Amino acid sequence: MASLRDIKGRIDSTKKTKQITAAMEMVSASKMNKAEQNAKGFVPYADKIQEVVASIANSNPDIEHPMLMKREVKKTAYIVVTSDRGLVGGYNSNILKNLLNKISERHQSADEYTIIAVGRKGYDFCNKRNLPVSKSIIGVADHPKFADIKDLASETVQMYSDGEIDELNIIYNHYVSAISQEVTAKKLLPIENLDEHGAADSDYEYDPNQQEILEVLLPQYAESLIFGALLDGKASEHAASMTAMRSATDNASDLIGDLTLTYNRARQAAITQEITEIVGGVAALE
Amino acid sequence: MKTLDVSVVTPSGPVLEGSFEFVVCKAETGELGILPGHTPLVAPLQISAVRLKNGNETKKLTISGGFVEVQPDKVTILAQSAEKATEIDVKRAKEAKERAERLLQAKQDNIDKTRAELALKRAMNRLNVGNE
Repeated sequence: MASLRDIKGRIDSTKKTKQITAAMEMVSASKMNKAEQNAKGFVPYADKIQEVVASIANSNPDIEHPMLMKREVKKTAYIVVTSDRGLVGGYNSNILKNLLNKISERHQSADEYTIIAVGRKGYDFCNKRNLPVSKSIIGVADHPKFADIKDLASETVQMYSDGEIDELNIIYNHYVSAISQEVTAKKLLPIENLDEHGAADSDYEYDPNQQEILEVLLPQYAESLIFGALLDGKASEHAASMTAMRSATDNASDLIGDLTLTYNRARQAAITQEITEIVGGVAALE
Repeated sequence: MKTLDVSVVTPSGPVLEGSFEFVVCKAETGELGILPGHTPLVAPLQISAVRLKNGNETKKLTISGGFVEVQPDKVTILAQSAEKATEIDVKRAKEAKERAERLLQAKQDNIDKTRAELALKRAMNRLNVGNE
């Protein structure tokens, strides 16, 4: 059995760990609130741009644009949104598992896909497994601005326009609530299912014309989808981190309870033993 | 007098919402003045200033990478970035302008000229509006 001093030491260190995880939980909670607001602030922009794109595309079914057309898929790109640091529970591993499943389901060789890694965890993961990473961005701020991600987003969309990739998917954690996040895989390009959104009764005039507006609008639309997923992912990251830290704090409390019990038992055993020894000693003298 | 409900939205959230009598913006094809009752219209905007008028009062915004959607009583401007004239960081814009100019003058092959030009345009636009 461990000595009293050992147990005391473990109790003290667990208490300190608990303090830290409790503080981290609170930090994550406040970051989560902010991130949730950012994600909400983005919604009006996303809705509007979707509405306009849908109304142009739907009002004119014979309009042609590479981003709206399916083509033979030779190379697929996956944007993987992960966090930069750990301490977020299953946040990263769920996403990366999903990525590996997708790859093993759909592809035979490494030439058929490429990965765009957002976040250090995803980048390291892919590098370790020799998965092809064509672009990466590490150290995304906790509350990303559109400018932070703009370059990556527009380069990725450009890759599609240049024909380097024929399909673009994004895998991220969708923020459902503070305690629940859901791994989501979405196809961004080519743009599909536009009919579901937007009214068909639009009678807009287009200046200069629909084709040219689509040229401007579609890349912006795709970029905004990437940004939206990132905001969503960030909110999930902070939520996941909060949950992870809360359960760490709870575990630390349990551990401290168990250790205190063991400590008290050991202390009583020691006292009992001492008394027995004194009584025994007195009896021997008599 | 009739007014237009104007909202300016960016990916980082709404920048401005309010009622105005007259909206002037610069589309790719030229200046565009919008009064209440305008035909529904969609047009991409240049990196430029948008003016919103209410009587004698004028509000100015800088816009980059955006387009305008007009409905008879509603104007929505969607932009990748937008700032009110009062919120422009003139110092930062000046630095951005100098940086872009240096890049353009360097005449190296490895720099992205279009990007530097766009950056210069954005900085100039901000400075023009911010200094008024």
